[in-house]
Amino acid sequence: MSISYIPGNGSSSDPSASLGVMHHHVLSVLVENRAGVLARIAQLFSRRGYNIFSLAVAPTDDSRFSRITIVVDVDSAPLEQITKQLHKLINVIKISELDPAESVECELLVATVNADISARGHVMELVALFDGKIIDVGIDKLTVLATGEPNKIDDFSELLSSFGIVELQRTGRVALAKLERQSNKLKNTTGRAG
Amino acid sequence: MKLTGAQALIKSLEMQGVDVMFGLPGGAILPVYDPIIDSPIRHVLVRHEQGAGHMAEGYAHATGRPGVAMVTSGPAATNIVTPLADAYMDSVPIVVITGQVATGSIGTDAFQEADITGITMSVTKHNWLITDANDIPDVVAEAFYVATTGRPGPVLIDFPKDVANAQMDWYWPSSVDLPGYKPNPRGHSKMIAAAVKMIFEASRPVFYVGGGVLNARASDVLAELVELTGIPVVTTLMARGAFPDDHPLCLGMPGMHGNYTAVTALQQSDLLIALGSRFDDRVTGKLDGFAPHAKVVHVDIDPAELGKLRRPDVPIVGDCRSVIEDIVRAIKADPDAYQHRADITDWVATLKSWQEKYPLKYEQPSLSGVLKPQYVIEKLRDAAPSDTIVVSGVGQHQMWASQYWKFNYPYTWINSGGLGTMGFAIPAAIGAKVGKPDRTVWAIDGDGCFQMTAQELVTASIEQIPIKVALLNNSYLGMVRQWQEMFYGERYSEVYLSPDLPDYVKWSEAMGCASFRVENAEEVGPAIEKANEINDRPVVIEFRTDSSEKVFPMVPAGVSNDNIILGPEGLM
Ligand SMILES: Cc1ncc(C[n+]2csc(CCOP(=O)(O)OP(=O)(O)O)c2C)c(N)n1
Ligand SMILES: [Mg+2]
Repeated sequence: MSISYIPGNGSSSDPSASLGVMHHHVLSVLVENRAGVLARIAQLFSRRGYNIFSLAVAPTDDSRFSRITIVVDVDSAPLEQITKQLHKLINVIKISELDPAESVECELLVATVNADISARGHVMELVALFDGKIIDVGIDKLTVLATGEPNKIDDFSELLSSFGIVELQRTGRVALAKLERQSNKLKNTTGRAG
Repeated sequence: MKLTGAQALIKSLEMQGVDVMFGLPGGAILPVYDPIIDSPIRHVLVRHEQGAGHMAEGYAHATGRPGVAMVTSGPAATNIVTPLADAYMDSVPIVVITGQVATGSIGTDAFQEADITGITMSVTKHNWLITDANDIPDVVAEAFYVATTGRPGPVLIDFPKDVANAQMDWYWPSSVDLPGYKPNPRGHSKMIAAAVKMIFEASRPVFYVGGGVLNARASDVLAELVELTGIPVVTTLMARGAFPDDHPLCLGMPGMHGNYTAVTALQQSDLLIALGSRFDDRVTGKLDGFAPHAKVVHVDIDPAELGKLRRPDVPIVGDCRSVIEDIVRAIKADPDAYQHRADITDWVATLKSWQEKYPLKYEQPSLSGVLKPQYVIEKLRDAAPSDTIVVSGVGQHQMWASQYWKFNYPYTWINSGGLGTMGFAIPAAIGAKVGKPDRTVWAIDGDGCFQMTAQELVTASIEQIPIKVALLNNSYLGMVRQWQEMFYGERYSEVYLSPDLPDYVKWSEAMGCASFRVENAEEVGPAIEKANEINDRPVVIEFRTDSSEKVFPMVPAGVSNDNIILGPEGLM
């Protein structure tokens, strides 16, 4: 039997709560798997004055393409301009804006925390509660890992901090649209650059 | 057939139909300069790589075909960044090839290494670093396709020396494979119908025509649409000549130095039909005060332009030619709606009355008095064949040229609009003349601009490219001087150049040109006549013009177009 933590307060449908910002949008960008593509995208964001909140890149099942998941915090008008400008990049194949309420999002956290003899048990309990893992053990420290939706990772990281975080690393989120149960799940931006 | 990479590159350019390229060799590009000797492609040897880039632009503007420039790595590649930025802003199709250090040395700070694909990422439509000689034909085909389709623009191919020396099996691709690039020239039929409905309902409509109409080669269909609707036209700085200035419905240029009627027509209109124009700040003035009562139909091949600055009521993504044709067709298909369209005769009459009341104006005091630059341009215009190509630098002379010339044909006005690059005129004029050798090409240049790229007159002399240059020498960085006079209480800071240093006539003669100096209005006509008779060399006429003359009308930066200043008397 496992008792695991589920983020409460309905906050999972309110992604802004987890980011602590007003607006965030998740862009899932399918690109050609070529040298320099990430530089083009990053450069476009900085040149047009937009902030990247988080970014994750990995190859897809088709080795010719990679998927870049970008979280941006902007109003909707600039967002339209961002997606249109992204479309103008020759190596960008397709852009989907994922509505946080209509997509599944996942993030991974690794953290080294202080865990001497007296705290170690408490850390292990917390890790178990969050379906996490202990991936390294030191004399008075533990390195732990957890995955899941960003709210859960936020909560986990906050609770860990009471033990004293030595180092912490998050991947930034990856996301896919929810499956067919709901309609209108995926807003595709199909405009093509000229 | 086995070829070296260098041979494959030149052969690929030949396959693309390139007939001329502008460039200057050096270490990294050396292997490519060898097969040029055996190629039918003409190579024009420039004196500075910036010149090569602007020549390629001038060629592209004048001919509609992509201009090609080739330079070596490092400093040569960085020298051509300005023309790339210029071409990017004005959507000019050019293909720039840069040499690069050998692939094995990239990233090691090798001699004359510059990360030119990184440097030019934001000023090219796309760029490529070739790492395998077998990719050369594919990349060249892709580069020309990207430069010339959709919204045209500059591209760059970075070409390492070892790739040039490698062997490859020659092929020529039958198509390009760019899964992320599918420009869509056809406008959406629902949007076309919505636009037609708005056009029929509007009582104060204006066609706000930009450079996209020229890029789409749509002047003839625009003329048809104007005849059909009777709607007046403004042509932006990038679109002068897209609709004939002599046409009764042509209002001329809007914007910061536009004429009163063009500026105010946009301000008071109830429908802007923006065709290949982009709501540039030099046209709109203060954006939220621009055309406050107007609905907007916006046609552009680049979806990112729609809603970038002004939200359109009817956005149409498409090539201006295709969309205008569709609009014309839709109008003709509904004679009943056409019959019952809103009456715009009052509007057109109002505009006519403004044109009469507020013409462009200047005063040439007496024939022996100080020479007004506008007078020079009028005289040049009156003595030039009607299809003369006019190329300008950036500054006051550019605005006067755009205002006072009469552009009645497309592709007769070439200038640097978006980037505003001083020094553009002479190399761009050379490129235009190379592309259109049978046409008269006048560069109208300022003394400041001339000093930035004049050395290309050596190129013009040696290569026998007989352009004509009207140098408006007002001894100042005049446009900056004007701002200091008007907005900085006449505190002139670093704008004085001297009328005599350099001696422009001697300098021009030293560069192989015919050259003479004109100091008063009397001498203007004869000097132009003399220049027009010289066709075996470049000619430079230095006109000593009034330093204190300012460009009017003017809408000061950041101010609403309603606050247009018509002339010096308006400066209270
Ligand atoms: C490369 C570059 N540097 C500076 C400027 C800023 N600038 C705009 S117009 C101008 C003066 C141009 O002087 P000139 O060529 O004599 O033309 P005039 O205005 O006197 O007709 C300057 C310095 C520019 N546009 N481009
Ligand atoms: Mg000057």
